[in-house]
Amino acid sequence: MSDSTLTAGSRVFDVDAIRADFPILKRKVNGQDLVYLDNAASSQKPSQVIKSLVDYYEQTNSNVHRGVHTLSIEATDAYELARTKVAKFVNAPRSEEVIWTRNTSESLNLVAATWAEANVGEGDNIVITAMEHHSNIVPWQQLAFKKGAELRYLAHNDDGVIDLDGAASVIDSRTKLVSATHMSNVLGTINPIAELAARTHEVGAVILVDAAQSVPHMPVDVQALDADFLCFSGHKMLAPTGIGVLWGKYELLDEMPPYMFGGDMILEVTYEDANWNDLPYKFEAGTPNIADAIATGAAVDYLTELGMDNVWNHEQELTAYAMEQVLSLDNVKVLGPQDPALRGGVISFIHETIHPHDLGTALDQQGIAIRTGHHCAMPLVRSFDVVAAARASFYIYNTKSEVDALVNGISETEGYFSR
Amino acid sequence: MTGGTGALEDMNELYEAIILDHYRSPRNTATVEEPDIDFEVNNPFCGDEFHIQLKVENDAVSQVGITGRGCAISQASASLLAELVKGKSASEVESAVSAVRRLLKGEEITDAEAGILGDIEALGGVRKFPVRIKCALLSWVGLGDALRDHVVK
Repeated sequence: MSDSTLTAGSRVFDVDAIRADFPILKRKVNGQDLVYLDNAASSQKPSQVIKSLVDYYEQTNSNVHRGVHTLSIEATDAYELARTKVAKFVNAPRSEEVIWTRNTSESLNLVAATWAEANVGEGDNIVITAMEHHSNIVPWQQLAFKKGAELRYLAHNDDGVIDLDGAASVIDSRTKLVSATHMSNVLGTINPIAELAARTHEVGAVILVDAAQSVPHMPVDVQALDADFLCFSGHKMLAPTGIGVLWGKYELLDEMPPYMFGGDMILEVTYEDANWNDLPYKFEAGTPNIADAIATGAAVDYLTELGMDNVWNHEQELTAYAMEQVLSLDNVKVLGPQDPALRGGVISFIHETIHPHDLGTALDQQGIAIRTGHHCAMPLVRSFDVVAAARASFYIYNTKSEVDALVNGISETEGYFSR
Repeated sequence: MTGGTGALEDMNELYEAIILDHYRSPRNTATVEEPDIDFEVNNPFCGDEFHIQLKVENDAVSQVGITGRGCAISQASASLLAELVKGKSASEVESAVSAVRRLLKGEEITDAEAGILGDIEALGGVRKFPVRIKCALLSWVGLGDALRDHVVK
């Protein structure tokens, strides 16, 4: 299997052609055309990715890093090629810095259980933003309890924009780790990671970036951000569920203790002791998720062919249009930055008279899938004095007419509940 | 692209007129002074939360107060609960809670139970929308637990 000759943006960004690649977009929901606007929760999969899974199981299936037989060699090559593709996709200096995990949550937990376990002590502090997903709050809360460390929050204004001046004093000489979302899954805010990284490095701390919502939607360059760790999930970027990535700077990963013990992560085992394999295998104990890793490579190919700049521009255009349309409704308030240029394609909104769950059910009747609830960010949602919100989130296959369907669907729901 | 109101008519079983009426005008929303039973229920997944208070005199519920917020189904269900428990004994309330649980799960209820539940039978429409059963059950489950604690006390 040789590396593909894909170049960024080698395919014209044609939404109709893109939609034709996604079999699920042809199905009906409650008798209506599916309008899938829950991409921040999970994206749909193009046939290229699905085919990669089928091809793997029909042609290549075998264990990796084990045998000398043809299938094992092919499986290993495909698995490692996918790692190389992911490394290139986020501009990682070395592909050994890409660790396969199950998802972003596991990537975050890995850093908490290894790097932070070894480096955070009593009286130290960990700094996160006040707009994190539960998976980037709870591991640090637990670690802080255990170590007697302090968990600090970076504040944001009413528009959901981080207060960088405030960050300068929150991040101090006792800060060991700053962990921040690149893009909020609720507010859509794009956070100033490079600026936070500069402040973090000034005090000698490391910065971890939760890029679950950014890597699928915009060009992300770990070197330009000057991140130390960065993690994301496959399933939000066209790849299967059950596969995620932790990227980390080589020197940091190299010094970290292992996360799990078992096969593949060892170099040598005696009855008395063991020593650890090189990166990235030190962090990949047991038979890994081979098929889904390879399919993640196919997803990266798909996005690369479209060009991440084009993906981003498409979503920016859609978001600006959606903001304008949704805000034209009398009873709707949008959380987060009101300026579409400060946000990604995630629009959380509150309807003054219709509860998000009633709205969610009514939109589902019309074939429109949105997310409703606390979006795994309870403290953040509560800070807006609401208990739940509705959220529409976009991806490469969404169209302006789908935004129109959403807005029309909300109007129809208003009509239904005022009957 | 979408079917508009036609598609929404399929929700009529979920949002029966009586449900929408209780949602818009919930009954018994005043706070009860010195309640004998006082508890909160919440569904963290949708953020619905209710504070329910009961006063029991001569082995019967004399006052009930429910405050809180939630979706149409959970609000209407709580309001219907408040209407039902007034004047009932602890064992009558317990039987009603059991009947509502079975109704929402699609199990049999007797004619006598249907008679006691009255309007509450409208909540049964939720069965076609399984993800919303929790909304309808929220206050009833809380009441069942609170009654058990109260009796044990």
